[in-house]
Amino acid sequence: MTEFDAATAAVQAALDAGARYADARVMHRRYESMTARNGDVEELTQDESIGLGVRALVGASWGFYAVPDLSDAAARDAGRRATRTAMASARVPGPPVDLVAVEAVTASWASGCQIDPLGVPLSDKGDLLVGATRTMAEHGADLAEGLYQIWDTAKWFVSSEGHRIDQRIRECGGGISATSIGDGETQRRSWPSYRGQYGTTGWELVESLDLAAHAAQIAEESRALLTAPLCPAGETDLILGGEQLALQIHESVGHAIELDRILGWEAAFAGTSWLDLAQLGSLRYGSELMNITIDPTIPGALGSFGFDDEGSPAVKRDAVRDGRWVGVLAGRDSAAMASLDYGGSVRADGWARLPMVRMTNVGLEPGPHTLEEIIAATDDGVLMDLNRSWSIDDKRLNFQFGCEVGWEIKKGRRGRMLRNPTYTGIGPLFWRSMDMLSGETVSWGTPNCGKGQPGQVGHTGHPAAPARFRNVRVGVSA
Amino acid sequence: MSANRSTELELAGQVIELVRRLGGPGAQADAVVTRADLALTRFANSAIHQNVAESSVGVRLRLHVDGRTAAGSGSVVTADGLRALVERTLAAARLCPPDPGWPGLTPPTPTPDAPPVDEATAHAEPDQRADRVGAFVAAAGGLSTAGYCRTAHRSSAFANSAGHTAYGRSVEAAMDGIARRDGADGVARRCADRLSDLDGAELGAQAAAKAQAAADPAELPPGRYEVVFEPAAVADLLQNLSWYGFNGKRYAERQSFAEPGAAQFDSTVTLVDDPLGASGLPFDAEGTARRALTLVEAGTTRALAHDRRTAVEAGAESTGHAVAGGATWGPMARNLRLSGAAAGPASAVGRSTTGGAAGAVVDADTAALVAGVRRGLLVTDLWYTRVLDPKSLVVTGLTRNGVWLIEDGTVVRAVRDLRFTESYPRALGPGAVLGLGTRAVRQPDRVDGAWWAAPSLRLASWHFTGGASG
Repeated sequence: MTEFDAATAAVQAALDAGARYADARVMHRRYESMTARNGDVEELTQDESIGLGVRALVGASWGFYAVPDLSDAAARDAGRRATRTAMASARVPGPPVDLVAVEAVTASWASGCQIDPLGVPLSDKGDLLVGATRTMAEHGADLAEGLYQIWDTAKWFVSSEGHRIDQRIRECGGGISATSIGDGETQRRSWPSYRGQYGTTGWELVESLDLAAHAAQIAEESRALLTAPLCPAGETDLILGGEQLALQIHESVGHAIELDRILGWEAAFAGTSWLDLAQLGSLRYGSELMNITIDPTIPGALGSFGFDDEGSPAVKRDAVRDGRWVGVLAGRDSAAMASLDYGGSVRADGWARLPMVRMTNVGLEPGPHTLEEIIAATDDGVLMDLNRSWSIDDKRLNFQFGCEVGWEIKKGRRGRMLRNPTYTGIGPLFWRSMDMLSGETVSWGTPNCGKGQPGQVGHTGHPAAPARFRNVRVGVSA
Repeated sequence: MSANRSTELELAGQVIELVRRLGGPGAQADAVVTRADLALTRFANSAIHQNVAESSVGVRLRLHVDGRTAAGSGSVVTADGLRALVERTLAAARLCPPDPGWPGLTPPTPTPDAPPVDEATAHAEPDQRADRVGAFVAAAGGLSTAGYCRTAHRSSAFANSAGHTAYGRSVEAAMDGIARRDGADGVARRCADRLSDLDGAELGAQAAAKAQAAADPAELPPGRYEVVFEPAAVADLLQNLSWYGFNGKRYAERQSFAEPGAAQFDSTVTLVDDPLGASGLPFDAEGTARRALTLVEAGTTRALAHDRRTAVEAGAESTGHAVAGGATWGPMARNLRLSGAAAGPASAVGRSTTGGAAGAVVDADTAALVAGVRRGLLVTDLWYTRVLDPKSLVVTGLTRNGVWLIEDGTVVRAVRDLRFTESYPRALGPGAVLGLGTRAVRQPDRVDGAWWAAPSLRLASWHFTGGASG
């Protein structure tokens, strides 16, 4: 019994039980992570999970059932249970459900990978983290931490419309951080970001981060931050580094353009969106420098794939063009409900989870400047980089972010390091204030995007470069 | 012996036997096998739009061999699957650097009797969840509703190579829903041992009443306000205090505010982690028996949550708070209860609201606290809270699902959501708690097995740093 056989059996059983549409996805995922602390390996974890999830549509109601058993009997039982669950959904029915058309294909896809991350000896990977954390500890960090994570996922997707798609997606990444502890507060510096950098790629990504080379500097900066002046409070010009801007995009654009949120499907938990579909195509989201794309085809970015978990092919689309809102992240049913003609952004974080609208690679197209040019053009402001905390309201309007580090900008020069930098604002007002944008784009990977009930962890990518925003409120404190 | 018990214990025993055979007599190992039947019926726009269930099994193995430690887990419980799990975990351990902090295994010790499980909840059908959703929707009186009803059943066995075994089952039911009117939301949320204890109609009516009362909110300037937090909002305080403050690992790293023996909280504050106070597993991820642990007693910090590793570091004993992945995250207290006042405030009579805000207050406890406020805010829920600094536990976040202005003991009108930036231990510090309700209401976590129980709480000051409009 192959994985395709199991998925086919589940779909057929769902149809036999009364479903008008069904799809099934077998996933086999191997996961490995290692953490190190102060020169010792702290934890090594390996996981291997395989199972099948089947989704059935009866009338206007969905049902989903998942099992870790690929036998013919278990697969058929799962299909029948998914249909029975859909029938229970009909006790509190909603509007008719349609699915936008997607060509049924037989296809295979694999992400690029030069060095198999699970094939790299554990001792080599351990040496990397141990060495970097030891260096940080030797340079003053009270807590020197390092981490890598690897996901190797194979999927087999079958639908009652004739899809038969298999994919292999290898993802990995890592990073280091140094924390210094003072009287009543802590300060942290990380490389290359809070949780590291991630992509749909091989171990070559981790090697390219050169963790050891940055260990001493971030440790010294974390200690220096303990005595650095506080970020002043008030309104000023704000320059964001690319890593922080990636999170700004994720929180205040990526989630806001999720069609399930716009339709109210996440209202009780993740929240809704300030966006109104009636304004799609006309709403001014930000300045004319703002061009945001939805692009799961970027080689190596963490939100890349060949087909989403409904069998829709990866396609690049515009979300914001010249500052105007023009596109959403959608699935087949949400798109049909909104009278749109595309889906393509539906994924699940495992075989036991229902596929739902998730970000792919949502990123900002590059601008004409460099970071140094932006600094040189700024008379009075603050440069902030590397996220430390993030919070945004349930409509994705009011946000407050804290960064690991700030720098004073005076008369076009980078000055003193600043402690506890925070900034706050309202999404569209903030994006409309963007007036300079760098071309130094990096596709930052976010491996911890939470959404859905039961909870799911999504992997997303965010191309971003440093940018300047005018008159932003900074320095909020308790 | 039930079929579940024998199967899970047998599987855990097989894993330990495989470790002995493949890793040699010196290998130390513990294994946890958990079967889970989890189901969640989700509704939005007053219709069920997602309805999911899973039946899964997971094996978690941790082993220590030749002074090195690794952990592995998997969902394949065939003979070949278990053998593969043991082989790859042994291989991983042998390639790891030495682990000088290995605390050893839990010795054979009795585990307490867990509370009985409700079989009807363990085997609940999707129709039963759907009917509760239907009742919630109907009780909302035409307002748009959204939320979920879920049931969870876990059957878990533990075995280690020191000869310790343990077994337990747990069930849980939870319902969480909002009602919406013109963009204003009201919420009702409960966690229970039995699905039959969840009344969809009662919760729907409560959410709807709050939504009606939240209409036409006014903008309020930021600043420090006296507040009355309902149990849903207090749950966020408990969770953050637990994860960042009473976590033995963070304490060892000097990242926690906690100072055992010090009067760090108001004298009215008593916090107890009580994992068996409701249906729960009687042992932790290391097989240590779980029991009630008083973390704060009458304002004085008394204890921290420990697993075996942090306990050794602190010269203490494990308190039964080991979690999977705990070497990195530390031990977690996940069943925290803030004790209610022995007797309600003297003014605890009736509801204290006026006009359109009449549904803002849903119980007598909250009404009594509101009655004592000259000018302040009634806060239903906190949202997207994130820690700005773990040691001082300064947190930012927003209000959600209803905020109202209180003047002279009366709720006078709804206000727009506000952002806050506040140190949680400071807000609960000596002299800062002006009142507690008498009854702790159990609130569900995002995952089953964790819950937070609290009464309504009146605090002298809360720092709102901005309005949601800018």
